[in-house]
Amino acid sequence: MLLIHCPYCEEDRSELEFRWAGEAHIARPENISAISDEEFAEYFFLRNNEKGLTYERWRHIHGCGRFFNAARDTVSDKFLMTYKAGLPKQPIPSEVKAEAIAEEKTVETWEATEGDAR
Amino acid sequence: MRRYSVFAIAREAMRAHKGWDQQWTSPEPRSSYDVIIVGAGGHGLGAAYYLAKEHGITNIAVIEKGWLGGGNTGRNTTIIRSNYLYEESMDIYEHSLKLWEGLSQDLNYNTMYSPRGVMMLSHNIHDQQSFKRHINANRLYGIDNEWLTPEQAKAFVPVLDIAKTARYPINGAALQRRGGTARHDAVAWGYARAAADRGVHIIQNCEVTGIRRGPAGEVQGVETSRGFIGAKKIGVSAAGHSSVVMEMAGVRVPLHSNPLQALVSEPLKPIFPCVVMSNTVHAYISQSDKGELVIGAGTDQYNSYSQTGGLQIITHTLDAICELFPIFRRVKMMRQWGGITDNTPDRSPIQGVTPVPGLFVNCGWGTGGFKATPGSANLFAHLIARGEPHRLAAGLNLDRFRTGRLIDEAAAAAVAH
Repeated sequence: MLLIHCPYCEEDRSELEFRWAGEAHIARPENISAISDEEFAEYFFLRNNEKGLTYERWRHIHGCGRFFNAARDTVSDKFLMTYKAGLPKQPIPSEVKAEAIAEEKTVETWEATEGDAR
Repeated sequence: MRRYSVFAIAREAMRAHKGWDQQWTSPEPRSSYDVIIVGAGGHGLGAAYYLAKEHGITNIAVIEKGWLGGGNTGRNTTIIRSNYLYEESMDIYEHSLKLWEGLSQDLNYNTMYSPRGVMMLSHNIHDQQSFKRHINANRLYGIDNEWLTPEQAKAFVPVLDIAKTARYPINGAALQRRGGTARHDAVAWGYARAAADRGVHIIQNCEVTGIRRGPAGEVQGVETSRGFIGAKKIGVSAAGHSSVVMEMAGVRVPLHSNPLQALVSEPLKPIFPCVVMSNTVHAYISQSDKGELVIGAGTDQYNSYSQTGGLQIITHTLDAICELFPIFRRVKMMRQWGGITDNTPDRSPIQGVTPVPGLFVNCGWGTGGFKATPGSANLFAHLIARGEPHRLAAGLNLDRFRTGRLIDEAAAAAVAH
């Protein structure tokens, strides 16, 4: 189970409180009825499915209820950062990158930090 | 290839089993092939086998990053069934089920296909209506599926708890008697042996790192960790890594890669006669011939390539198993693992041509690819050989996300996705 930092509550909480909400920074076309079928398929169905760094939305559904954005590594499942909805795509700070590599891609779980093992 | 038979066993028994030969060879890759298949799982190896057997193309390489059958082929819960709702799905899964029935003889390899029945439990009125709709659709299409009362279900699976006081009481079940299980490794090994026998090169520990394209956009071959290998036709059958491989050719596919977990118990005496699945509480279970209870859990909600998955997912499944089968409450679980499933928006697979000439794709089998192995491989071979899809797989094209002609098994799902 993942440990996720909500940028609104400013707390690390267990994944059970959150819902994954798909790729981040996708804007609905404003002229949706005018775009072609190809463009609609692109907007509606095609998503990045990166192996490595991904930008995605999460919702703190059993907490504050708000959507926010996160940068996560899909190989280690480690969150590199979370930030508030509406902000542009954030670059990963270099110290976060270095730390992620230093930790040899271990997964930070709720069980290890909050659960019985603590 | 020396055929396996009772006489071969008797002969080898006399010679201290020193005469068995290798099931497949590990040749050095040639500089080019007629066809390259990326991914040596059941689907990829099977496609190579059917290309050689049915279409006369034997100059084939199956390129695998790890070892053959080491991905989802070796990580699933081996359930086989064809009781899907839509015709496009029924076509391909029933084609597959029919191939399962003769697969061991065809490959001269015991795949241990066991049509022991797949039962789907209904817990509420919605389940009941949905399952009866499936049953009617299946029977009209010539596929067996029948409705059982809770008492009939209990007679079929005596350890099932049908008490009305249960947390999730059972109000009936759908049973496909021809469904069942098979030995997953044997499927990969059987296809590998039969394909290698027909001249197919299986190249393991060789990662595809790029797809080279010519001036007109057509494929010319693949860059690998062991150098460039040329081919005019490339079939991608890379399961959870399909997005990664297709991206190398500049093709985006509508896939999400999610971990799906399974676990097995300590071995028990034979106690569980079929496969039981439950949508509502999300659990499925069968017993392997070795005696282990094989239990499947759900997918994690987020994209991941971690091949692990969250602990809460399997905890939830085991809660459900203990409710349905109280007799298993004290059984110990021995191993747990995850595989990376490639899921499409409509939860139906993608098999077809791509915008890149010479590049074919077989992906999106999501949480249910094992059952489709022979059928998918057979029709993928047809697609690669002819350049156009077989009638049975025509609806699975990549273009359906543009045209809107989806095969929405996600909404109609007979399994909990």
